[in-house]
Amino acid sequence: MTTDAVTPLLKNPVATRKLIVFACFLVTAVTLVPVVMMVLVAFQSDAESMAAQPSFWPSSWHPENLQRAFDLVPLGRYLVNTVIFAAGTTLLETVTAALAAYAFARLNFPGRSWLFGIYLATLMIPSQVTLIPQFILVAKLQGIDTWPGMILPHAFTAIGVFLLRQFFLGIPRDYEEAARLDGANRWQAFIRVIVPLAVPAIATLAVFKFIGQWNNLLWPLVISNSDSTRTAAVGLQVFQDINGTQWNLLLMAATITTVPLIVLFFLTQRWFIRGITMSGLGGR
Amino acid sequence: MAVDTLPARTAPRPQAAPAGPTPRWRNKETIAAWLFILPSLIGFLIFTAGPVLAAGVISLLNWNLFSSPTFAGLKNFARLGPDPTFWSALGNTAYFTLVSVPLTILVSLGLALLLNQGLSRIAVFRSLLLLPYATITVAVAFVWIWLYIPHGGLANTVLGWFGINGPAWLISDFWAMPALIAMSVWKSFGFGMVVFLAGLQAIPQQLYEAARVDGSSAWQSFRNVTLPMLSPALFFVIVTSIIGSFQVFDQALIMTNGGPGSRTTTLVMYIYRTGFENYDQGYAAAQSLVLFGFIVVITAAQFVLQRRLVHYDN
Repeated sequence: MTTDAVTPLLKNPVATRKLIVFACFLVTAVTLVPVVMMVLVAFQSDAESMAAQPSFWPSSWHPENLQRAFDLVPLGRYLVNTVIFAAGTTLLETVTAALAAYAFARLNFPGRSWLFGIYLATLMIPSQVTLIPQFILVAKLQGIDTWPGMILPHAFTAIGVFLLRQFFLGIPRDYEEAARLDGANRWQAFIRVIVPLAVPAIATLAVFKFIGQWNNLLWPLVISNSDSTRTAAVGLQVFQDINGTQWNLLLMAATITTVPLIVLFFLTQRWFIRGITMSGLGGR
Repeated sequence: MAVDTLPARTAPRPQAAPAGPTPRWRNKETIAAWLFILPSLIGFLIFTAGPVLAAGVISLLNWNLFSSPTFAGLKNFARLGPDPTFWSALGNTAYFTLVSVPLTILVSLGLALLLNQGLSRIAVFRSLLLLPYATITVAVAFVWIWLYIPHGGLANTVLGWFGINGPAWLISDFWAMPALIAMSVWKSFGFGMVVFLAGLQAIPQQLYEAARVDGSSAWQSFRNVTLPMLSPALFFVIVTSIIGSFQVFDQALIMTNGGPGSRTTTLVMYIYRTGFENYDQGYAAAQSLVLFGFIVVITAAQFVLQRRLVHYDN
C-alpha cells in the first residue's frame, strides 16, 4: 500500500520521516473533523446554525446553549442512567465471564468443549434474534423500565467468556502449577495468579463492554419508556424528536453525551490498547 | 489432554498417589469447574441461550403481545417470500456489509501500517484515530447529518472545491447508503487499526531482515511476512466486522430512518419495526432467525477458509 510511494524516498530517511509524519497529521485531522464540527456548531447562535448556508467556525460563541440543551430534556439524568446501565452490565459480565473463562481454559470436566461450543454458537447470533424473546421475558417479569430489566439481559454474552479464555490459555501453566504446589486451591490460584496476570485483558473487556453499552441504542429503546431509565443514546433520539433540526442545540446535546465517553476513553486507553495488544486480539 | 499429563510432569506432587487417583482428581476438578462456570451459565442460559431457543418458538406463533398467542406453524416464514420490504432490507444489509467491511479493513490496515513506520509520537496519533470508535453512534450520527446537508454542508463544500456538484446524500436514492457506509467506516475503523497495529508490532524484526537478505522488495516483504503473520488478526477483525455490519441499526435509524423509501432500511430496523411498531412478534422472530441463518453460513464459510489462509505460529 504505502510502501510503493515510500520506497523511492527511502534513500532519504529525513524526507521519508517527514512524509510519514505529514500523512499521520493529515489523516488524523480529517478523522477528527466531525468531532470538532460537533463542538463548534454546538456553540453557534440559533440563526447561524439554522442558516441556509451552514457556517463552520462560530461567528459568535453561545455557551448558554449548554443550559438550553439541558432545559429541553434531562440530559444529566440520562447520563447518570447511562453510567448505571453501562457499569451494571460491565461489572456483571466481567466477573462472571472471568470465572467461566478460567474453567474453560484450565479445568478438565466432562462436556467442556460441548458447553463452550454453545457459548461460541451464540457469539455470532445477532442481537435481534434475542431482542424479541428478551423483551417478552422482561415484560412478563414486570421488568420494563426497571434496572434489572435493562441490565440483566445484556450482562451474559459469550464474548467475554471467549476473550478471557483466549487470554488465560496464553498464560503459562507453570505459574499456576507453582501456586498449586505451594498448596493453593483452584480458587486461590485463580485469584492470586490468573487474575493479576489478566488485568489488562479484563480491563480491555470492561472498557469494550462499557463503551459498547454506552452506545447501545436498541435495547434501551425498547425497554426504557420513562426518564427514570432512559439512557443518553435514547435521550438523544427523543431530543431529535422534540428539537427537530435546531442544529446548535442538537449538536450541543450530542457533545454533552459524547464528551464524558471521550474523557473516559482517554483515561482508560492505556489499558484498552495494552489490553488489546496482550489479550491475543493482536493475532497470537 | 494436556492437563492429564501435568501431574506426571510435576512428578513429586504428594496427592498424586499412584493407585487410581485420577478419577477422584478429575471429579474434584469437575466440581470446581462447575462452580466457576455457574454464575455465568445461569445468566447465559436465561438471558442469551434461552431467548435464542425462544425465538424459534415465537417464530411459529401469531403474537402481538396484547392478546394470547396462537399457533401459526411456518406461516411467518412463508410470509417472508412475498414481502418486498424484507428482501430489500436483506439486500440493503448485504450491500452495507459487502462495501463497509472491506473498506473498514483497508482503512484500518492502511493506518496501522502508516503508524507502524517507527514514529516517536505513534501513541498520540493512535489515540486520536481511535477517538471515533469511542463516541456514541447516535451523537455522531447527528454531526454526519449536518456534514451531509446538501446545500453548503461540509461534504458538498469540499467536493465543490474540486468542481464536483455533490449529491443530496441522505435523501438521494443512490447516495444514502454510501453516505451511511462512509459514516460507519469512520466510526469503526479504529478497532481494527489497534488490533492490526498490535499484530504488526508483534512480528519479529528478524523475519523482515531475513526477507531483505533474500532480496525481497517492500511489497514482497508485505506479501510474504506481514500478511501471513497478521492473518490471525485479519481473520478476527473480518469475522467480527461482518457480524457487526449485519446488525447495523443506530446510524440508519438516526440519519435516514430507513429512507428514502426503504433504500437504507436494514434488517435490524425492519425487525424493530415489525416487532415494536407493528407488534408482530412472531413475524419479527422469523425474520431474525432467517438473518441468523445467513450469518451462520457466512461465518462457517470463513472458518473453513481460515484453515487454508490463516497462519498460526503454533
